[in-house]
Amino acid sequence: MTADRPAGPATSRTPAVPAAPATSPAASVPPGGGDLVVGLIVNPVAGIGGPAGLKGSDGPDVQREALARGASPRAGDRAAQAVRTLLARRPGTRIRTLAGPMGEHSARAAGADPEILRLLPGDPSSPRDTTAAVAAMKEVDLLLFAGGDGTARDVLDGSPSCPVLGVPAGVKVYSGCFAVSPATAGAAAAEFGGETAEAEVVDLDEEAYRRGRVGPRLYGTLRVPAARTRLSGRKVGSSSAAPGSAEGIAREVVARMRPGVRYVLGPGATTMAVGRRLGLATTLLGVDVVQDGELVAADVTERQLADLVDGRESHAVVSVIGGQGFVLGRGNQQISPAVLKKIMASGGLVVLATQQKLAGLGGRPLLADTGDPEADALVGGHVSVITGYRESAMYRIRSAIEEFST
Amino acid sequence: MSGHSGESFAELPVAPKPPLRRFHQARWDEPIIFEQSRPGRRGIAVPAAGVPAVELPESVRRAEPPKLPEMAQLHVLRHYVRLSQENLGVDQAIAVGQGTCTMKYSPKVNDRFVNDPKVAELHPLQPDDTVQGVLEVYWRMERMLAEISGMHRVSLQPASGSAAIYANIAMIRAYHASRGEGRQRDQVITTMFSHPSNAACAKTAGYEVITLMPDENGYPDIEALRAAVGPRTAALMITNPEDTGIFNPRIEEFVSLVHEAGGLACYDQANANGLLGITRAADAGFDLCHFNLHKTFSTPHACGGPAAGACGVSEALAPFLPGPTVEFDGAAYHLDADRPQSVGKMRPFLGVTPNVVRAYAWVMALGAEGLREVAETAVLNNNYLMHKVLRIPGASAHWDGGRVEQVRYSWQGLFEETGVHSEEIGVRAADFGVHYWTSHHPYLVPEPFTLEPTESYSQEDLDEYAAILAHVADEARRDPEYVRGAPYNQTVHKIDQTSLDDPKQWSPSWRAYTRKHLA
Repeated sequence: MTADRPAGPATSRTPAVPAAPATSPAASVPPGGGDLVVGLIVNPVAGIGGPAGLKGSDGPDVQREALARGASPRAGDRAAQAVRTLLARRPGTRIRTLAGPMGEHSARAAGADPEILRLLPGDPSSPRDTTAAVAAMKEVDLLLFAGGDGTARDVLDGSPSCPVLGVPAGVKVYSGCFAVSPATAGAAAAEFGGETAEAEVVDLDEEAYRRGRVGPRLYGTLRVPAARTRLSGRKVGSSSAAPGSAEGIAREVVARMRPGVRYVLGPGATTMAVGRRLGLATTLLGVDVVQDGELVAADVTERQLADLVDGRESHAVVSVIGGQGFVLGRGNQQISPAVLKKIMASGGLVVLATQQKLAGLGGRPLLADTGDPEADALVGGHVSVITGYRESAMYRIRSAIEEFST
Repeated sequence: MSGHSGESFAELPVAPKPPLRRFHQARWDEPIIFEQSRPGRRGIAVPAAGVPAVELPESVRRAEPPKLPEMAQLHVLRHYVRLSQENLGVDQAIAVGQGTCTMKYSPKVNDRFVNDPKVAELHPLQPDDTVQGVLEVYWRMERMLAEISGMHRVSLQPASGSAAIYANIAMIRAYHASRGEGRQRDQVITTMFSHPSNAACAKTAGYEVITLMPDENGYPDIEALRAAVGPRTAALMITNPEDTGIFNPRIEEFVSLVHEAGGLACYDQANANGLLGITRAADAGFDLCHFNLHKTFSTPHACGGPAAGACGVSEALAPFLPGPTVEFDGAAYHLDADRPQSVGKMRPFLGVTPNVVRAYAWVMALGAEGLREVAETAVLNNNYLMHKVLRIPGASAHWDGGRVEQVRYSWQGLFEETGVHSEEIGVRAADFGVHYWTSHHPYLVPEPFTLEPTESYSQEDLDEYAAILAHVADEARRDPEYVRGAPYNQTVHKIDQTSLDDPKQWSPSWRAYTRKHLA
């Protein structure tokens, strides 16, 4: 069963040929019931800073401080909980992991008899150990990792060769590659039948977070098991062309494009889908400019962008990065206050998000934080959010400074 | 969950029943009736005495007999009794679990009226002067619904709630077209927790749909509506209370904003069971509304049709009503098909007459005060059940405050702890003989379940239902795999649901099944 594993990397940073759809079946993985090989990587220090009030656990200093404040590691327990659920539901599953606290302890605690990779992590382990473990994790159907957003970035850096799923164990868990709890991670792994979807890896700047400035950055995407539809656990593949999908959103964006107008596409998987719809090699993490079905410029700097939108009708097309509703000033700083002022003078702002993502904000507004309250005020009020083909939502958007000061 | 020792009747008095029913559904493994057919078998129904035989003209005779199953009377009876035993519905279960569908009791007396030959043997092509009675029922039912909603005219032609919503959007389209604004007004505004048929019907009719999301308190954001309305607005199509069970207290302002922009306001009253006699669509300024007779007015849901829907409209919209309409000139009733601005037929002839008769009988039996009591009891029952459900660890309802007649709850807490999904809770609950349902679109509430107790159920029923949910939630915590293995006491066990999403496999009839799967 290892012979016909899905080929190709599971990560995406700057794909040259934007051809992959948002969900894709990978027929090689045995459907529910067959034996799976699941990799397990635990970041033993993930989440250690949270209970200690340190708002994150990145870096040895913070980890030492957390231990000094009496924190105890919990990622191992959470990983064990996920494996326990996985084995209960798919007893034939084989676990492949690392020696000691990076996986073996959790696997054994869950009653598994894991295969151990010959890779000796440092003590204490570091992000390099995670990255190396991901790279060494060959011929597994699915990689479970326990940690937070920082760990997800390390996993991304390791370019996993299979789909991954995060067991939430960090202080910051804003990336889309995490299950909502350890038990659900185990359940999703057990239900995995090969269908995957793209999930964004975002992380906060912990230093800024400690100073009270919260804002995620997009680092890339990972392939994760496609989420079951909430109603009945039916396979998602059969309705992947739903109007509310990234493809549906992209179709609507393209349908609304007018000749002679410039469109500034921000970073993100949804704006990537717009590029894909246009057949253009737009970038996942950069800001791109398109007009009349052509790519005017890819991955532009702020200065280039200021020139490109100067004196002509331009619209900014941005997606919501992370779970807090940021649409400007996080990961798309190229759309600077000066650029935004030019865009708003000639065109406008269009936000892309699924209805689920908007609902996930729980009624809180979308946020603009370009660093210039005057520029943020230009987009304040309500903005049209394209949620699918021929459908949109009207949604509140505020300056982040205003939102967090009231 | 297991290990019940056998029940003994050897000693009297019989021991009291345990708190949870030791239910077991019948499991007959019953073949499809067509598979039981054998050539030449017959059931005999004796014809009425004294009715002269009629010679059928050659032109209407069949060349071949219909391909109906050939069976003896006993076997037909046995077949359907068995199927009824393998069912879970209002007549033998506590069916509060299908919120938004208003699964209330359909009084049996109303079926007696429908089965009366005066109704059952009507032909849709009879001349008006031979069907004055049923036309009167239609007319009077229309007038009662006009009174209940405050609307000017009502059509009873649609055969379902969604067909009524579609009739409404068709009228909205015709209205704007008649004023030369058909092309300009190409947007319909709805809310996230309005019944999804509103967005679906608007899209089917060619409109772009703008959705208003709930604010922090669960109400649709009125400022978003302010930003959304404009010269392109054709209509607001809104449910209230929404499918969350939350009533929007600023509904009049919503309607006014849309009117100021030149749009129409259309009220989806699928959730009207908590409103009868309390609020009226017209009083909030709505131009159109609809009811589901099979929800609010107690007629059977008919499993996807034929049910019955009603469209109510203001005077300005009346010329666009589906037709023909039933008219009364003070002396006699007649059908008026000469209505040039009508959107046409939603259904052949008058619609689903038996359901109109049932609903008419139901309203007549209750009277105005009775209708209000229905609503008050439904609201009381719902809030009582909510109070009990929210005490179950792991169950929650997003947004504080009271609900009208239903609640969309969430098992998110339980799921995160146990990995047991909402529908798995529901399947296990069926082991105790009750029905349960998750949610239709939008799938925004995680691990949803939607309960609507209506006025039909007693306090004991609601206590039993809540106790079953509490028991299953507790099982999920102690032994999640046991719950996931359910059902244990049911007619069917796990089914492969992929066929539900695959039109190639759909077989709504024996003919389709034969063609698609037996060929």
